[in-house]
Amino acid sequence: MTKPKIAFYWCSSCGGCEEAVVDLGEDLLAVAGLVEIAFWPVALDFKRADVAALDDGELSAAFINGAVGTPEQEEMARLLRRKSAAVVAFGACAATGGVPGLANLYESSDILDVVYREAPSVQNSDGTLPAEESRVAEGELTLPAFGASVRTLDQVIDVDYYLPGCPPPAGLIAAAVTALVEGKLPGKGAVLAPDVALCSECPRAATKPDELLVQAFRRPHQVLIDPELCLLAQGLVCLGPATRAGCAAACPGGNMPCTGCMGPTSRVVDYGAKALSAIASLLDADAEDEIAARVAEIADPVGTFYRYSLPASLLHRRVRPAARAEANEQEVAP
Amino acid sequence: MSENQFQPKIVAFFCTWCTYTAADLTGISRLTYAPNVRVIRLMCSGRLDPQFVLAAFHHGADGVLVGGCHPGDCHYQEGNYKARRRIELLRAVLRDLGVEDQRLRLEWISASEGEKVQRVCNEMTEELRGLGPLRLERPRRQAAALAGEA
Repeated sequence: MTKPKIAFYWCSSCGGCEEAVVDLGEDLLAVAGLVEIAFWPVALDFKRADVAALDDGELSAAFINGAVGTPEQEEMARLLRRKSAAVVAFGACAATGGVPGLANLYESSDILDVVYREAPSVQNSDGTLPAEESRVAEGELTLPAFGASVRTLDQVIDVDYYLPGCPPPAGLIAAAVTALVEGKLPGKGAVLAPDVALCSECPRAATKPDELLVQAFRRPHQVLIDPELCLLAQGLVCLGPATRAGCAAACPGGNMPCTGCMGPTSRVVDYGAKALSAIASLLDADAEDEIAARVAEIADPVGTFYRYSLPASLLHRRVRPAARAEANEQEVAP
Repeated sequence: MSENQFQPKIVAFFCTWCTYTAADLTGISRLTYAPNVRVIRLMCSGRLDPQFVLAAFHHGADGVLVGGCHPGDCHYQEGNYKARRRIELLRAVLRDLGVEDQRLRLEWISASEGEKVQRVCNEMTEELRGLGPLRLERPRRQAAALAGEA
């Protein structure tokens, strides 16, 4: 029997998902023995042409991480889709948009200005910005442009499976690859992680009070965190109740509240809405001004509740003023 | 009402005990109000999942109106307080997403306040007319899925 061929690719991501694959350690060698890696730009010297030369559907699976922010990423996603029997959205960015998806709060011109001109650590006296085309002595160089919005992988191509997390936990990756090799993958569209809330596997779960009420929200740097007590009971915005399990509650175990990278369970359509609902319900305040004061304690509400899922949310991005929305219509209309 | 005027779509979630009963009274009293409001009955304003509000916007609503019992009058003791907390936090999120405060309105309307339903619905319709349509952008595949539903 020939070994199944697989590919890894990255779009808008930080490299942490690639790191997670390497983190499999010796298990990676076992995986590498079971499959043939046909494409993995980060680790192995294959080019786009090697993928293009494959037959359609020749790859058993493509593991694609990162959100889709540029036409180049879209093109690679489409190419890998054509060549693969199964596509796995690998990690929070591919699955729900991830941290790069927070770019949907801004215009790309604002982002370029901040990153290349305004950030305090930047020295760029000429105010040079990356250009789509630039002429140098050796010839013309090109860069892909930003798209109108950052998209999740399944907003660009058909996705068969989702492996959430920032990055996906090693155990879930190994289980997914094993299932692939053994031909035991579940039905299309499945999220390859447990379908229960994180609290169910949190080491602090036993200390969660029966009636949980929050008098004031506090941020991790404002409080000496008790290492045993439920983080919500300490007034920290822990998104465990709204988040899928599968990470063994690594963050709460390490004294940090859950920020929701594993995304929602299958019963939830919009992660951020459900997460904010869970947190708001805990407020021990009835009067309007009291509630407003507690809400004001949550710094950056969108960044808190949609840290990993703004592109996948029902609103998808910040609403643009009408004129600009119209200009973008051509790009986003069906 | 001129034909060319922008007609905002408003989805209203009314609790069955107070505001929905009030809306019935509005009708029985032959009070007319803007036809821009589509009412969905909930058992309690505390049943309002913030996802409902976003789903309404996602499917084309320009505004969402939530009606519940006055504070202290909730049939289930404290459902309206839960609604108030959730809507306050949801509003903070919506503000940062460029959705104006006026597009999400929470009103306490008791079963006897038929004229308040009339006033609130008319007011909100006028306000949204001033704001114009909510222009959400959608990725192509999502837009295609929505068109398939329609």
